Amino acid sequence: MRFDSLIDSVGRTPLVGLPRLSPSADVRVWAKLEDRNPTGSIKDRPALWMIQEAEKDGLLTPGCTILEPTSGNTGISLAMSAKLKGYKLICVMPENTSEERRQLLRMWGAKIISSPAAGGSNEAVRVAKELAAQNPSWVMLYQYGNPANWRSHYESTGPEILEDLPTVTHFVAGLGTTGTLMGVGRFLRERVPGVQIVAAEPRYGELVYGLRNVDEGFIPELYDESVLTTRFSVGSADALRRTRELLASEGIFAGVSTGAALHAALGVAAKAVKAGERADVVFVVADGGWKYLSTGAYEGTLEEAEERLEGQLWA
Amino acid sequence: MAIEVRIPTILRNYTDGAKAVSAQGATLEELISDLESHHPGIKDRLVDQGALRRFVNVYLNDEDVRFLGGLGTPLSDGDTVTVLPAVAGG
Repeated sequence: MRFDSLIDSVGRTPLVGLPRLSPSADVRVWAKLEDRNPTGSIKDRPALWMIQEAEKDGLLTPGCTILEPTSGNTGISLAMSAKLKGYKLICVMPENTSEERRQLLRMWGAKIISSPAAGGSNEAVRVAKELAAQNPSWVMLYQYGNPANWRSHYESTGPEILEDLPTVTHFVAGLGTTGTLMGVGRFLRERVPGVQIVAAEPRYGELVYGLRNVDEGFIPELYDESVLTTRFSVGSADALRRTRELLASEGIFAGVSTGAALHAALGVAAKAVKAGERADVVFVVADGGWKYLSTGAYEGTLEEAEERLEGQLWA
Repeated sequence: MAIEVRIPTILRNYTDGAKAVSAQGATLEELISDLESHHPGIKDRLVDQGALRRFVNVYLNDEDVRFLGGLGTPLSDGDTVTVLPAVAGG
């Protein structure tokens, strides 16, 4: 495969079967390897789409400063694109995100503003919105509400999956900005009768929820409940266990949020076996495990790893 | 019939600090009424005008009840109900 530049190589990621973790010949589980994007995560797609859309609309012009609330991957993707396209980038990131993400952002030239750990990404969104109001010349792409986010998946991730696996019956992905599920979900629903769209939402340790008032919660503007078939909350113990299982059984070294998606994927696969139905379940490997090595997710017992992850944003 | 209800930190002032309490009910609505009778005030934090509050997520055995039947979701002995505030990802 040949591309004119790194940016042009976003997408067209492999879809690989999981022969050992699939429950039967009729119920198969497939991994969409989004870690094979230029900066190593699925976020290269929405980042590129959001930047291109903003350029088209005349919002972004050379030398502009982009501002974005992000727990990491979106920031890293934006930093790469911004570097190549000549924009400055400021990321607002919760302080309880892994050191690797911070180093990567700095490497690509982004500036990081930390938001308080308690409250997680909710706080990052709040701080970024305040900064955007104070600095009207900065361009906030705002992944939680920018339609280019879900459209990147409607126009690229979804078509790739259907082309590689026309018999797909279930799509499972992590729920963050909701862009992946909204975009792939809408695309598949239009073309695959009865397809099930399943969200795996990370359930963090208590610190992340600790100070939230139930009236101050956050739901991404992109979220449309009607696109989903159902939604599971996956705790860090299950996410870690599945992340390790994916590595041990299939050789795939993925980030912790992928373990959460796999947990939900194996759940719906087991349900299909029980019901005697055939199924092709696709789940998203959002990123590789590299950025989470310092969290200790892959070392020692599961209990130790879970303890180390307590209070961290792992998705 | 006993159902374990996990309470988020922000609502533990209604449960004397307990992280989890036991409650009863054939549906989520009945369960919340039972919670209210032992922990007065908690219902209003969860329900508004006959529906779950917008920023409150409730999970039955890890599945979001909004996809199972909302307040009418049937419950069984041994189920676990988890209440969490909505947070952002990404």
